[in-house]
Amino acid sequence: MELLDKLAILSDAAKYDAACSSSGVKRQFQAGRIGNTSSSIAGCCHSFSADGRCVTLLKVLMSNACVYDCKYCVNRRSNDTRRATFTPRELAELTIGFYRRNYIEGLFLSSGVLRDPDYTTEQMIRSLRLLRQEYRFNGYIHAKAIPGTSEELIYQLGLLADRLSVNVELPSEAGLRSLAPDKTVSAIFRPMGQIREQTAQSKAELTRYKHAPRFAPAGQSTQMIVGATGDSDRHILRLSQSLYDKYRLKRVFYSAYVPVVEHTLLPSPDTKPPLLREHRLYQADWLLRFYGFRAEELLTESQPDFNPRLDPKCNWAVGHLEQFPVEIMTADYERLLRVPGIGPTSAKRILSARRVSRLTFEDLKKMGVVLKRAQFFITCCGRQRSGLRFSDATLTGQLEQIERGELPPGEVEQLSLFESAG
Amino acid sequence: MAWTEIVFQYDGSFDGFLCCIYESYLNKEFPIAFYGDEECFSLYAVRLVITEHEHARRVLRSIVKRSARAAELLQKVFLTCMEDKELHLYAFVRKLYAEGSRFLKNQSDPIYHPLVKAIRHMNGELEKLRGFVRFSDYNGVLGGEIEPKNRVLPLLRGHFCSRYANESFFIYDRTHRELLLYAKGRSRILPVDALHLTLPGEEEMQYRRLWKCFYETIAIRDRTNPRCQNTHMPKRYRNTMTEFLPLDYEAQYQGAIPPKTPAASANPAVPTGKSALEIPPQSGRSAVASAL
Ligand code: SF4
Repeated sequence: MELLDKLAILSDAAKYDAACSSSGVKRQFQAGRIGNTSSSIAGCCHSFSADGRCVTLLKVLMSNACVYDCKYCVNRRSNDTRRATFTPRELAELTIGFYRRNYIEGLFLSSGVLRDPDYTTEQMIRSLRLLRQEYRFNGYIHAKAIPGTSEELIYQLGLLADRLSVNVELPSEAGLRSLAPDKTVSAIFRPMGQIREQTAQSKAELTRYKHAPRFAPAGQSTQMIVGATGDSDRHILRLSQSLYDKYRLKRVFYSAYVPVVEHTLLPSPDTKPPLLREHRLYQADWLLRFYGFRAEELLTESQPDFNPRLDPKCNWAVGHLEQFPVEIMTADYERLLRVPGIGPTSAKRILSARRVSRLTFEDLKKMGVVLKRAQFFITCCGRQRSGLRFSDATLTGQLEQIERGELPPGEVEQLSLFESAG
Repeated sequence: MAWTEIVFQYDGSFDGFLCCIYESYLNKEFPIAFYGDEECFSLYAVRLVITEHEHARRVLRSIVKRSARAAELLQKVFLTCMEDKELHLYAFVRKLYAEGSRFLKNQSDPIYHPLVKAIRHMNGELEKLRGFVRFSDYNGVLGGEIEPKNRVLPLLRGHFCSRYANESFFIYDRTHRELLLYAKGRSRILPVDALHLTLPGEEEMQYRRLWKCFYETIAIRDRTNPRCQNTHMPKRYRNTMTEFLPLDYEAQYQGAIPPKTPAASANPAVPTGKSALEIPPQSGRSAVASAL
């Protein structure tokens, strides 16, 4: 088979995995090796595909042949599709060729389960070893750890990769049982625990001696498919929170389920991927990681799903009006962060600026505060913004109006679906 | 003695600008406009400033003494495409001399804020270009072109020299007609009027095919979202990106961007006119070859 065909098949089979960042590791150039990961600290996008997603890594499967039969997956055993497998050398040359041309920041390697998890991981290790050792590749590598792989092999994989990920895929055990019968919850969480331990251990050893082996220095991430099962947003977000807390995950990615197969247990093939829901989950995830929110504050048992018409932060704020308005000149950092329209960067700018000057609403705008949201929740030197009119009763409607103007067209469509439904 | 309002004409270099500040304080002349080498039709008196490196050094030192950050800011903003940037920078330096550096804590300060905005704009472009620069392999030398609004080449230099330390490469800035060259641990930036690239070999064509194929395949059709794509990757970047170009684009494209309108090239800080004249009348490609 031509390399071009293989690439088409194996990138097509990999594209539903949402994880595509290259963040969290800084490795300088080393003599005799190709590349560095210096722009990977914050993640570097090398292109944007027609769906608006960032392209940063050569995201491919080593092989799309799979002995498992996960119902939601195009690569499942029972699906009639063209199969292909890269040789380790093809993969290494492709990565180097793309990297030299600055097409990519590195490689994201995953694979279908070839014979069993151990055999598959051995093949991945062979490829990455060739790339790191013979081709001297020093750029970013993200490798997928397949549930069921032995500890020793995961350890070796982690020595070659910057980041590992084990996909949760379906956010509940019931979902797994019905849709991914070859996978179990414990098989997913075991490698996560191992990766957490060995990353921490390697970090500790590195502080003591410089040449200690580096195990997955950029930590681990995971992804969940949203909308293939009936799990609520609250359930998903609390799961993410416990993954951040317990397994020290760097990122949880959410992937709106795109119907690729017909199955009685799955949404019908003409269902649109729930992009708005995915968007809300990412917004809430952001609030967990950078704003000090807890999942339980954002969603309750009586309101287990996000309000499609409002972003999660506004939604929280209108439910907690007793905490507002916040005075810009005196509120502490945590309080400022809770104001819709103020983020970590603008909050820090406010703290610095108010020491040397009395701030006005215009000043806040210049500092990056999104005033059209924030105005309802703040006072500046004791005063509300002049000309602002609202009451507790009208506030929600006004915020929804603002939100509607900002959603991408596809998501507005989904919003109108909600509205016609009730 | 009162300050006279005057137009400064200088060579467009950073040192030249510092010398304008020097002359301004020496002669008590307040700039109402800055001109580069283009014709200057002002009714105001014109002060022609000759660049003296010693004067430039003294001005820079006086700024560093008040705030090292302010000096760094000055150099960065000078690379941006902000309109009337010399006037903004002059006002900034004046305020620094008069009040010290305290106002730098407040990003909404009326003198400081325009600079902050210009730098944010440039940083945005810089961050994008780290990813969007595309190289092709021309007989073992990697080469790429960009069309930035700001003069980002000096700021991209460190990143690419470190990433491709083992390679020889060049990046040509079509807008400002400057070429960054790197080989064997040494890099330099020189003005080059136009760059004509020859069609690379079959291996390069094959990589272009592979990349275009990957780029097309990786998009999920049910999620097509051009608006989102355009926000993250404005169209103006795509002129130099492999995935949007014909396979043999070198055969179709000719050298630098033609200067648009006189207004567009009137930005005095871009030293295109003068520097370009200093380049020997050889083609850009051979300039590259001899410089490597
Ligand atoms: S293990 Fe399941 S999800 Fe992974 S490739 Fe095989 S069928 Fe698809």
